[in-house]
Amino acid sequence: MLIFELSRPGRKNPSQAPAPQPEASGIPAHLRRADKPLLPEVSEMDAVRHYTRLSQKNFSIDTHFYPLGSCTMKYNPRGAHQMAMLPQFLARHPLAPETTGQGVLACLYELQEMLKDVTGMAGVSLTPMAGAQGEFAGVAMIRAYHVARGDTARTEMLVPDAAHGTNPASAVMCGYTIKEIPTDHDGNVDLAALRAAVGPQTAGLMLTNPSTLGVFEQNIQEMQKIVHEAGGLLYYDGANLNAILGRVKPGDMGFDVIHVNLHKTFSTPHGGGGPGSGPVGVSERLLPFLPVPIIAHEDGRYRLVTEQGLPQSIGHLSAFMGNTGILLRAYAYARMLGGEGMRRVADFATLNANYLMAELKKAGFDIAFPQRRASHEFIVTLKGLKEQTGINAMDVAKRLLDKGFHAPTTYFPMLVPECLLIEPTETESKQTLDAFVAALKEVLEEAHANPELVKGAPHTMPVRRLDDVKAARELDLVWKAPAA
Amino acid sequence: MSIPANLKYTKSHEWARPEADGTVTVGITHHAQELLGDMVYVENPAVGRQLAVGEECAVVESVKAASDVYAPLAGEVVAVNSAVADSPEQINQDAYAAWMFKIKPTNPADLNGLLDATAYQALVESEAH
Repeated sequence: MLIFELSRPGRKNPSQAPAPQPEASGIPAHLRRADKPLLPEVSEMDAVRHYTRLSQKNFSIDTHFYPLGSCTMKYNPRGAHQMAMLPQFLARHPLAPETTGQGVLACLYELQEMLKDVTGMAGVSLTPMAGAQGEFAGVAMIRAYHVARGDTARTEMLVPDAAHGTNPASAVMCGYTIKEIPTDHDGNVDLAALRAAVGPQTAGLMLTNPSTLGVFEQNIQEMQKIVHEAGGLLYYDGANLNAILGRVKPGDMGFDVIHVNLHKTFSTPHGGGGPGSGPVGVSERLLPFLPVPIIAHEDGRYRLVTEQGLPQSIGHLSAFMGNTGILLRAYAYARMLGGEGMRRVADFATLNANYLMAELKKAGFDIAFPQRRASHEFIVTLKGLKEQTGINAMDVAKRLLDKGFHAPTTYFPMLVPECLLIEPTETESKQTLDAFVAALKEVLEEAHANPELVKGAPHTMPVRRLDDVKAARELDLVWKAPAA
Repeated sequence: MSIPANLKYTKSHEWARPEADGTVTVGITHHAQELLGDMVYVENPAVGRQLAVGEECAVVESVKAASDVYAPLAGEVVAVNSAVADSPEQINQDAYAAWMFKIKPTNPADLNGLLDATAYQALVESEAH
């Protein structure tokens, strides 16, 4: 049911109170529209019930364990929401003078400084409004750096095949061709292939660490040397920063640029509850190219630095200061945790993942890289189960919904067949993790004893299996009003 | 596992079939479509495009992922199968009948450098660990 289908002509919000007729007398007749826009006409109560019901049909981090690998679906603390929604923040106009906004600028400046500290970079810009925009900004800075030096022969970006899928897309958006670097049997970047791939055409390497395979890269220093010696720069995809937060800094590893997903690592809302935020951090040599505005603190005053102050900047990525409401939530979160809390994030994110991996192994599941310690996430492969029972990863994922758990990420990364990518995050308790193991164990038993039950899942949800193939082939997103 | 003996294969899971008129027909293998799942979109190269060996020249997209298709040989694209772009499920139904494009190879002998059915079978098995 769509809200458009609840619409009745003339129905309005204020129940029985007579609605005043809006006057448009100040607008010349030729500029007024003749017809009303086709918006749903419902009462306030209709609207509230409709969206409350929809939310009740939803799986969310506020209602369910949500181990969606690669997405870091952790709890969004209500304290951070509360701080970001102080009326002084909400009511501020982005064009109001800096003199009246020293408080919000101070918060953003301190967030910049905390992100510099935790990533080990020389400068940070908070403006990118999503992870992918952060990647775009990062690659655009790499490009600007080479161009500024007159080094225009660098046309190729190296991307390991275990990187996030947005990495090659971002590099292509910046005009690079992609060279893919394979993974070795332990899940590391293949160093021999990397050595063979670098040259005077190499603009840089985009590394996701820990990679999408749920393991830490073991040869970063060597990779750093290979790429820098060839004249390329190093990009750190910080989407998986939760695994190393407060423990090790990408700047210390020699990276030139990093993006951080605040909507993952810094616990801001995520996955439909967004919007996102993807600040970028850079090493000394990329400082002149940071996207503007950035916040400066001089003589006790905070001010925005724009193109005038940073003439080589890659420019603006949004009209104003990124997603300020999200930046404030991340700031509140970072202040609540402090340095020690950040270390505990990485400690417990990796501890939870390794505990879950060990328990699932005991329960009879195949781990994709059993010889490796998990990072903040790990991969189960159901290839063996599929061969024995015909039950695949999608069937298991759907059956988990019946047992009250959001499914892990399925069929990603493609390097591992029939995979579940599982990321518990540090915010879940041992009891929740144990309940999840018990549920998966039940599904495994059902797969052998009653495969049809698993194949037909989910049985308890508002909808059964949706026809995602038809949806993709015949995409139809526009409501069409029925003929009157 | 369906791997016809009369075709040539690439490590990136394309098949290639030499035709009597000197062209080479290209598609993706049964194994590739099995990994990708239900196809929802196919983008073929433009007729007349010159391809280098290994160049990304087409895209197949399934409900799980979008994947590049690489040119098995250098040459010119002389024909594309528009029927498969209209109904991508043909690749799932019969990957070896649902060809994607035809190349007029720059050097027909390059075909000998591709994998034969036995070597491709071994590759698929090694990828399965």
